[in-house]
Amino acid sequence: MIRFEWLSELLARCEDEHVLVRHGSATQLALVHLLDIDHEDWGSFAAVAHAYGCRWSAVWADQVDSGLFNLNACFEYRGDYLVVRAGVDLRQPVLPSQTPWFPAANRPERHVQDMFGIVFSDHPDARRWTRHQAWSEGHYPLRRDFPAEGDRGGEICAPDADYPFFQVQGTGVYEIPVGPVHAGIIEPGHFRFQALGETVLNLEERLGYVHKGIEKIAEGRDAAGLARLAGRVCGDSSVAHAWAACMAMERAARCSVPPRALHLRAVLVERERIANHLGDIGAVCNDVGFAFAHYQFGRLRETWQRVNGQVFGHRLLMDCVIPGGVSRDLDAAQLDALKASHAELGGELEELSPIVDYHPSLEDRLLGTGVLTPETAALLGTVGYVGKASGRDYDLRRDHAYAPYHRLQVESPVFREGDVAARLRVRTHEIGHSLALIQQLLDTLPEGETALPWQPPASGAEGLGLLEGWRGEVLCYVRFGDAGKVARFFPRDPSWLIWPALEQLIHGNIVPDFPVCNKSVNASYSGHDL
Amino acid sequence: MLRILNKIRKIGIVTEPVAAEPSLEALGIEVKRRVGRRMRGSFAIRAVDAGSCNGCELEVHALNNPFYDVERFGVHFVASPRHADALLVTGPVSRHMAAALQRTYAATPAPKWVIAVGDCAVGGGEFGCSYASLGGVDKVVPVDIVIPGCPPTPTALLRGLLELLKADS
Repeated sequence: MIRFEWLSELLARCEDEHVLVRHGSATQLALVHLLDIDHEDWGSFAAVAHAYGCRWSAVWADQVDSGLFNLNACFEYRGDYLVVRAGVDLRQPVLPSQTPWFPAANRPERHVQDMFGIVFSDHPDARRWTRHQAWSEGHYPLRRDFPAEGDRGGEICAPDADYPFFQVQGTGVYEIPVGPVHAGIIEPGHFRFQALGETVLNLEERLGYVHKGIEKIAEGRDAAGLARLAGRVCGDSSVAHAWAACMAMERAARCSVPPRALHLRAVLVERERIANHLGDIGAVCNDVGFAFAHYQFGRLRETWQRVNGQVFGHRLLMDCVIPGGVSRDLDAAQLDALKASHAELGGELEELSPIVDYHPSLEDRLLGTGVLTPETAALLGTVGYVGKASGRDYDLRRDHAYAPYHRLQVESPVFREGDVAARLRVRTHEIGHSLALIQQLLDTLPEGETALPWQPPASGAEGLGLLEGWRGEVLCYVRFGDAGKVARFFPRDPSWLIWPALEQLIHGNIVPDFPVCNKSVNASYSGHDL
Repeated sequence: MLRILNKIRKIGIVTEPVAAEPSLEALGIEVKRRVGRRMRGSFAIRAVDAGSCNGCELEVHALNNPFYDVERFGVHFVASPRHADALLVTGPVSRHMAAALQRTYAATPAPKWVIAVGDCAVGGGEFGCSYASLGGVDKVVPVDIVIPGCPPTPTALLRGLLELLKADS
């Protein structure tokens, strides 16, 4: 398949619609096409991209000098990625929104608005999103003149009590506020339900509680420090985020990674995928009272994590991916331990998968629960297992094949039912496929170095990392400043693209089924709030 | 059903002596005795995520898996601070969570303990102190014991919990 063979057609459409593309580059952001457009055309370009069938992926801004922002949006078409960029004047930071064409852009644009003070003039929902009360209206943390330590010292700021939630009124309609502190051992966020009897009429999510200023505190770090931080953007996706950040930095620095390190990174990310799927399959079953599966899958996850600890030195595989490679090599005994762990899990799943797949009481609770229709999933641009369970047949490992997956046969399950059962089935299938991939990776593990020394790139070098984490597409943008220090870091967790799906798939379900629906989606709070 | 019963028979109970560390097992037995006497047999913990990356939560979850089975020491996690003897707090305390943490602390009946879990909760960790992060649980509520680690392993968590109980009784 020829990459970007569709691009000339899209550019012709832009010309037809009078969207002026000033400049294009296939090299400035390695493996991604970069198009410069006027900020007035920001919305019109989205209209063209929408009509053409592109999927919206991300938006981020970057203050490149004292008076100018670069605003970037990323689109995907047939596994190719396109970044459009517009300069925005700090004195008048107003431009059209892309949200009317792509609902997925709604919250990301509001994040840009809160963090940079860039206003999207025709945005359908101009409420704040990431900002609660930690900084004042009219202050923007990612602008250069905003101090990283803030201006409030150790003051405890007020709770965000006056956020204008969507209201539903009518006889018998009542409201259930939940969170930010939830009943289980999970991350904080607020859910506002409107219900009639037991039926959910509307759910509105309010996130941002675990906003830790990751984008701001990344500034000024060196490459190794950034990889460490990226590994903590979202603790369950540590490998995926660290790899994406390293991929972005390595592309910026035009640095190649030894083949052995690439294989080991893929082994790590597949092990992370399997660990999370195991835990979540058990947890989904637990949410409908099927204790047997909770016990068994909890056991498998623990055994799996212990092997992580023994072989890679960390139960959650943190800090294994470093700029230029991986932090540790494996000897023959460790490789044997890994292979034994894969064989053991394979055998266990042969016994357990049929039980989970065909247990009547599970079918009763999971089939038809929390349905995300393929149409809604397409509208929202949903990715990962949530998308795959609703007819979205997209997996970067196959469709945007990056090393080392370009040499592998990647299978990706897809179903159309869109219910909790389908999401569970995608995960059991993915575990099987990941085990097969790991076997291929280890069988063809190249000899040689596991890391090359890191050479910092020149000021202004930028790169985009893209890969398939266990939740779906992870995107990471890095721009370097002087002396090899990071000037801009933007990690886009797939959670941004799957949280909106939860609001849709819960409609018409009963309130007591919310936990199982939520768990079947399992979007990250930390990865989203940054 | 037969398949389920067969699997249960084959796997049996995997709950193990505490990580093969004899001192820990002895501590566990002693703490169970103390929980029995001083806490009327149950030590209830309410977990609060105050800005963690979710790494600590995964390991706190692991405490409840069949290997560690923390309930056998009389320690269990509860859904409300009203039912809790202690708060287990993770994360550097994002400023957006500070008020919620304060309120959760206020809702916990005295006497109460606060356990700061993970490097972030202990001193800010990788996120430190910033416009968005307060840099540690002790900036918001008094802390009785810290369990460092990024994240602490279930064994480290268990050791910390047992030491808290022992120190206080």
